[in-house]
Amino acid sequence: MEYLMIVVSAMFINNFVVVQFLGICPFLGVSKDFKSALGMGLAVTFVMTLTCLITYPIYTFLLVPLGIEYLEIIVFIFVIASLVQMIEMALKKFSPTLYNAMGIYLPLITTNCAVLGVAELVIDSAQIASLINISASSMNLGFAVLYGIFAGLGFTLSIVLMSGMREKIARLPIAKSLKGFPIAMISASFIAMAFYVFALI
Amino acid sequence: MKTDFKKIATDGIITNNPTLKLVLGTCPTLALTTMAMNGIGMGAAVTFVLICSNILVSLLRKVIPSKVRIPAFVLIIATFVTIVRLLLDKFLPDIYESLGLYLPLIVVNCIILARAESFASKNGVLASAADGLFMGLGFTIALTLMGAVREVLGSGALFGIKLWDFQIGFFAQSSGAFFTYGVFIALFAFASNLIANKRRKLSAKQVDNTKEVQ
Repeated sequence: MEYLMIVVSAMFINNFVVVQFLGICPFLGVSKDFKSALGMGLAVTFVMTLTCLITYPIYTFLLVPLGIEYLEIIVFIFVIASLVQMIEMALKKFSPTLYNAMGIYLPLITTNCAVLGVAELVIDSAQIASLINISASSMNLGFAVLYGIFAGLGFTLSIVLMSGMREKIARLPIAKSLKGFPIAMISASFIAMAFYVFALI
Repeated sequence: MKTDFKKIATDGIITNNPTLKLVLGTCPTLALTTMAMNGIGMGAAVTFVLICSNILVSLLRKVIPSKVRIPAFVLIIATFVTIVRLLLDKFLPDIYESLGLYLPLIVVNCIILARAESFASKNGVLASAADGLFMGLGFTIALTLMGAVREVLGSGALFGIKLWDFQIGFFAQSSGAFFTYGVFIALFAFASNLIANKRRKLSAKQVDNTKEVQ
């Protein structure tokens, strides 16, 4: 039951893009066509999962016992930057096809606030516990990683929906000052409205 | 080299407004514009980080090797964000609470890295500090305006003071955030197009006049 709650909460009720406003830059920047949107979404999901897997233990077993929690931002951003770099190198070496599909999106992910956002969110046990309806003390690495996976899939879902809408919109006649970002924002507003339904559950 | 502070000021607040023209740092803009006060709080935090990081980047621009400049900039920014976070937590806990998750996320706010990369790493200390100040002001003004619109329409209040009972729930929700931001960018583009056209016509007229005189 708890696991189902994580899935629904991370993907729909607290969708990273349209409810929590994290990762808006790639959401607007890489959503012009379906293929690249899907690639970006999956690359972000991958990095978010690994980030949760690494930053959660670092915070709980290293920073907290040493009493240096205030260094979290610096530590996390370095973990993410080096993680992205390592994934890029590993992909280049072992899976050139995957690298060609995902490679161009990887450097962009370092400055994606969804990744740093998920790292900050899973260590805030009180907040995350209220989001997924468990008690703060039972929060553990498993929940953190699951949350990372499904928050990433939620990001993928909304960026793919957005790309579908934008492919259609690109063929419509639109007033000059509304072209580009404004019309994208207004279409995002409709996606957000659709997601609002889940908050009523 | 003489620095043109007037140009830096108009660039930051109007011509290259980071929120409305460059559309950078969208996440805090969308998330925190439910109230006008949040705009001022977030704007002040970002402006502080922007000025400090611009100054330090500009001071170190000849020392940092260009290959490792991005990690170096990120480290500088992360340090100042940590400072702001500790200060706000100690002295202004209310604002710290309301900014929440978006405070640590200033680190990945594209405006700051973009200014470090495109301005501070190429210009002197004074010009960089001015650029940080005015870019930050442009961000603050845009956020506060948008926050005011959403607060008035969405909860019938301004800066937390109740104005009337009439309210449209749409503007307080996330869909209202996207909608308001979209309309703001569109209006800004419309206004700047209008002004640019007028200027072009004016200068064309002047050219005509000079031709006639000749």
